[in-house]
Amino acid sequence: MGDLPPYPDRPPQQPPDRRTSQASQRQYSRDQVQPLAADPEEGQQIAPDAQRNAPGWSQRGSLSQQESLLMPRAFQAEEARIGSMEYPSMNTGFPLEFQPQPYSDESRIQAAEVTTSLMQRLQQGQSSLFQQLDSTFPEPPVNPLDPFNLYQTDQFSEGAQHGPYIRDDPALQFSPSELGFPHYSAEVPEPEPLELAVQNAKAYLLQTSISCDLSLYEHLVNLLTKILNQRPEDPLSVLESLNRTTQWEWFHPKLDTLRDEPEMQPTYEMAEKQKALFTRSGGGAEGEQEMEEEVGETPVPNIMETAFYFEQAGVGLSSDESFRIFLAMKQLAEQQPIHTCRFWGKILGMNRSYLVAEVEFREGEEEAEEEEVEEMTEGGEVMEAHGEEEGEEDEEKTVDIIPKPVWKPPPVIPKEESRSGANKYLYFVCNEPGLPWTRLPHVTPAQIVNARKIKKFFTGYLDAPVVSYPPFPGNEANYLRAQIARISAATQVSPLGFYQFSEEEGDEEEEGGAGRDSYEENPDFEGIPVLELVDSMANWVHHTQHILPQGRCTWVNPLQKTEEEEDLGEEEEKADEGPEEVEQEVGPPLLTPLSEDAEIMHLAPWTTRLSCSLCPQYSVAVVRSNLWPGAYAYASGKKFENIYIGWGHKYSPENFNPALPAPIQQEYPSGPEIMEMSDPTVEEEQALKAAQEQALGATEEEEEGEEEEEGEETDD
Amino acid sequence: MDADSLLLSLELASGSGQGLSPDRRASLLTSLMLVKRDYRYDRVLFWGRILGLVADYYIAQGLSEDQLAQRKTLYSLNCTEWSLLPPATEEMVAQSSVVKGRFMGDPSYEYEHTELQKVNEGDKVFEEEIVVQIKEETRLVSVIDQIDKAVAIIPRGALFKTPFGPTHVNRTFEGLSLSEAKKLSSYFHFREPVELKNKTLLEKADLDPSLDFMDSLEHDIPKGSWSIQMERGNALVVLRSLLWPGLTFYHAPRTKHYGYIYVGTGEKNMDLPFML
Repeated sequence: MGDLPPYPDRPPQQPPDRRTSQASQRQYSRDQVQPLAADPEEGQQIAPDAQRNAPGWSQRGSLSQQESLLMPRAFQAEEARIGSMEYPSMNTGFPLEFQPQPYSDESRIQAAEVTTSLMQRLQQGQSSLFQQLDSTFPEPPVNPLDPFNLYQTDQFSEGAQHGPYIRDDPALQFSPSELGFPHYSAEVPEPEPLELAVQNAKAYLLQTSISCDLSLYEHLVNLLTKILNQRPEDPLSVLESLNRTTQWEWFHPKLDTLRDEPEMQPTYEMAEKQKALFTRSGGGAEGEQEMEEEVGETPVPNIMETAFYFEQAGVGLSSDESFRIFLAMKQLAEQQPIHTCRFWGKILGMNRSYLVAEVEFREGEEEAEEEEVEEMTEGGEVMEAHGEEEGEEDEEKTVDIIPKPVWKPPPVIPKEESRSGANKYLYFVCNEPGLPWTRLPHVTPAQIVNARKIKKFFTGYLDAPVVSYPPFPGNEANYLRAQIARISAATQVSPLGFYQFSEEEGDEEEEGGAGRDSYEENPDFEGIPVLELVDSMANWVHHTQHILPQGRCTWVNPLQKTEEEEDLGEEEEKADEGPEEVEQEVGPPLLTPLSEDAEIMHLAPWTTRLSCSLCPQYSVAVVRSNLWPGAYAYASGKKFENIYIGWGHKYSPENFNPALPAPIQQEYPSGPEIMEMSDPTVEEEQALKAAQEQALGATEEEEEGEEEEEGEETDD
Repeated sequence: MDADSLLLSLELASGSGQGLSPDRRASLLTSLMLVKRDYRYDRVLFWGRILGLVADYYIAQGLSEDQLAQRKTLYSLNCTEWSLLPPATEEMVAQSSVVKGRFMGDPSYEYEHTELQKVNEGDKVFEEEIVVQIKEETRLVSVIDQIDKAVAIIPRGALFKTPFGPTHVNRTFEGLSLSEAKKLSSYFHFREPVELKNKTLLEKADLDPSLDFMDSLEHDIPKGSWSIQMERGNALVVLRSLLWPGLTFYHAPRTKHYGYIYVGTGEKNMDLPFML
């Protein structure tokens, strides 16, 4: 502990010869100390324990000291020496200063009788004890680092009813060994100096510290109480932290049991919201016996089952989280007119994450969210800004009108209709189950094209701007939707045969060349054995349409003239059409097997595993995408499901290369007709002006001279 | 994460989506116990899983009494048999830094890397193409070492240092409070401090030498490479590293549960500055 001022009358440290007998008597000392702790008479159960612990707190950390303290005391007690007298003195001293905590230890209570017997012996055999002690008491070394021990014993002696006896103990009166002379006096010292010293020590300890109202004394009391209550293992090594904890507790008392802690407020709010999930809709309390009459089909799928299968694969959120998601989706199904829905996955963000649900509205229930996206031409590809140079020849110089800019923004590719292509499903997101779901807008091809060029982390806030180059046309909600569309198109797979094309015999070679874009479930699907699913990628097929480079699933010729464009001069169109013939973009048709997927730099795009190699007959087949890390699919028997949990980015073995800024636009070429001249500098202008003035002055003089000669006035 | 509280830890870290299947969990529980006995470790941590193309590596680490001493790393392909990996040397790290791409999953697989080396033959100096073979095991060791040095973290107060030298687990660690848990400065790198001596004296005066003896996350470069989130309705704080995607650290505030796990491909996210 801290440095306490040297105390004039130091109580003795244990004689070294007692230490030698430690080993043999170690056990006994503990036992001895324990019974005395249970002394019920004066209720000082703390004393021996504290006594045991106290010496050990010295920085040396050696147990020998504490043993040595115990040993001789026990030894003395055993032989009814003065040590036994010290015990009761300690015991009596304690209740005055310490708040004893009762220790319910039966063994100690039983041994209380031993204590009383010792005390009786004490009272009877004092004088004999003293003499015995005198003869054998060598000079014990003083341990200046053991102040606590010193003060304790002093305090004990202060309140001791057997005061005189203690003071007679030469061991207590030991003077500092620096003087080097033994103090064997058997006289009874005067009570006053010792008492005075003890009182001084206590007063010092009780002085309050500058920063708070507590004193060291009280702090030590609290600390000891805490230790004795908690009984940590190896208290010496955790002393520092215990000290700090106790100190911390002064300043943060647990006062208000009525008011909630402000810190925990958001946690409680969240818990309230999640609790709301658990209440049945319209049912009210859980005690109601009436079940819902319609335990019919709910559009919400069996998420728990899916979660179970994915857990076999080592993927997915924990089961209680999955259940909460299930309840949240149920809530969504109640709020929105939903035909089918599915838990699509989770996209991690920097501040918050998104839980995504893929839903399909009932027929005709679609809300008209028609924003004029076509007006947004921000996705302008500056790379193709060669249009400015076109049409120069058409400039007419006859009338000096401001030439019309000939540059037309590149045609905006229209977004796909709802329920088709990339916008086949609607997506709702929320940050945590219990929070309200937000609908994501439909994705436009421009957004997909741009999303392919940038790589940004999601922050978790839907209205956050996406700062990137090339500038992304939209905010985070749009970026999120675009990434969801890309991931869905690339990684939604199912076992071969689960889906089949509908029976309509459509022309495969349609003008658009898009092929079929609808499928239906195959009622005759028998399921593919798991081992086969794992072996060959040809057993899995994509069931979402591939997104073309254009940003759509079905190709649209951007040059198809809209009515507005036809108003422009036809000549310009002809000039444009020549170099800009756009090829039709073709992608792999629906239900293409995974074996056809392109490799990523010699890397297979998919990895298949059996979920458990130890029991292949019950495992599920798991397919993991290497292109979009976090996309998983499982299949077992007739069931399959896809999920995505990840950051929402594509994997590329090469580092991300951001799009370079556009090339510097060319300046107007200098030709014989138009020559760029540099502006005159200020000096040149001034020189010119000066020269002009001089010339003017010269001509004026001449003129004046002439005038004077002619005597006529001239105009300036 | 501590092997003693494996199940709870896996549940708390499940927010990132990757975990372990039940059979792996079961085999880990038993095999890690045996590892602890055989190698006489004080604590065994389940470090995580590195996803390979053919197979996954499961990594565990063993700690001795001194928590900051060099940790021993073991790997397994099936969670039952563990093999000790050699400690990482700088040479290994340098050698395997040229290898890019995914892990194969086969420890004896060798990556081939052609290097141009200058060969002196008498007076002539010409460059020869040498094909260097790098074993996947070497790459594994260096990647684990890099991840440990860069993103293995523990909360403040979980370890404490005594003047006698060794760093101990703080048995009275009661967890960070909610407000502390949201700050980056309450988390330290679980390695020997590198930046600590660069602090000014004024800053050092505020530190508690028994608790603040490691680098905190505040000054990590690039700034913003850690994402702090609250999950489970504000009852769990999760830190995810954006530099090594796949590393998840979780801590339940006001409790002593904390730990980290890495489940990922073992590749550094070099595009991080573009993505922030």
